[in-house]
Amino acid sequence: MFFPISNAHISPIYLVVVGFLIGILGGFFGVGGSFIAGPALRLMGVHWNFAVGTDLAHIVGKSVVAARRHRALGNVDLKLGLLMAVGTIVGAECGAQLIQVLKRAGNVDFVVSIVSIVVYISISSFMIWESRKTLREGDARGTAKTISQKKKDTSAFRHVTDAIQGFKLAPMIKLPVSGVTISLWVILIVSFIGGLFSGFLGGGAGYIRMPSMVYVLGIPTHLAVGTDLFEIIISASYGTFTHAIKGNVDILIALVMHTGAAIGAQIGAISTQYFAGPKIRLAFVPLPLIGAVIVIYTLISGHKL
Amino acid sequence: MKKETARTLRAFLIELAIYSVLVVVYFFLVLHFLGEWLVQLHNRYAYAVVSILLIIGQAVLLEAVTTLLLRMIRGRSE
Repeated sequence: MFFPISNAHISPIYLVVVGFLIGILGGFFGVGGSFIAGPALRLMGVHWNFAVGTDLAHIVGKSVVAARRHRALGNVDLKLGLLMAVGTIVGAECGAQLIQVLKRAGNVDFVVSIVSIVVYISISSFMIWESRKTLREGDARGTAKTISQKKKDTSAFRHVTDAIQGFKLAPMIKLPVSGVTISLWVILIVSFIGGLFSGFLGGGAGYIRMPSMVYVLGIPTHLAVGTDLFEIIISASYGTFTHAIKGNVDILIALVMHTGAAIGAQIGAISTQYFAGPKIRLAFVPLPLIGAVIVIYTLISGHKL
Repeated sequence: MKKETARTLRAFLIELAIYSVLVVVYFFLVLHFLGEWLVQLHNRYAYAVVSILLIIGQAVLLEAVTTLLLRMIRGRSE
């Protein structure tokens, strides 16, 4: 199939299958999946700038489907999502500016690669330690059997989360859906950092935001997944708009990919019902590692995937 | 429990088959003509707005189609 906007020939079946796989990951983990979509488009000869912009457009569509499904399951905190979107957009702009500064200094690729490898490996290492410890403690107490028991989250990092929630700097925000009362500043700092990494490293940075919502804000994992997807709709729409203005979006490729992602995202979202929070977090561990492997490959071979 | 799983899997496979046919029809009828129109859209701001509307519109439509398909297939098999 010929895509005249980006001047690329790509099999629609390939795009649908890639979209389907990313949809499952997105629906289940609340991530955009740009670490797979970007390289998958590049492998088909799509130019780098089109791969980034088109991926963002596809993420918007996939997140709409997954977030609607999560909302039906009671997994979306709209108030938190809207507040986080503000911090994410500001952070993303700052991250993009940081890239410009590094470009002028002439060492952008090396710095971004090293930072992303450190961040990806740190997240995976921490999550594997925390989720395994929580699961071991859970086994000692007896594991959750019903869906509502699975949604009641536990974490071995809970004492740190409690300390952060104890930080009473006004205005305090009550989040009844998540069952949390927390300072607005903590929400904004967490979302700003997520946005900063998104602008700095590219993609939606769900691999940072979803864990930080669980560990820093104390949001139950199922709600963190659903709320992150809702928040991604807003931030990725903004990203799509700015990239489309710069001529970096082939919306036809995004629409074809999204036909597969729409089904995958629903499967992923529904599947979260059958897993307890720590198990979702443990299954999340390979995602940042895949990102790290791709960056290491890029660094060694010089081929940007 | 096994019966329920088998029924869910069967409903899902039927949904996937019908969905695939709809998607192929959609590729040829909509995206083919849409491509020509989008290429001629030279205003970048208009293109950006149309892009966002298209992807969100398709997301809402596909979610509604898949939900409807699943409801119909499940309704028939029960």
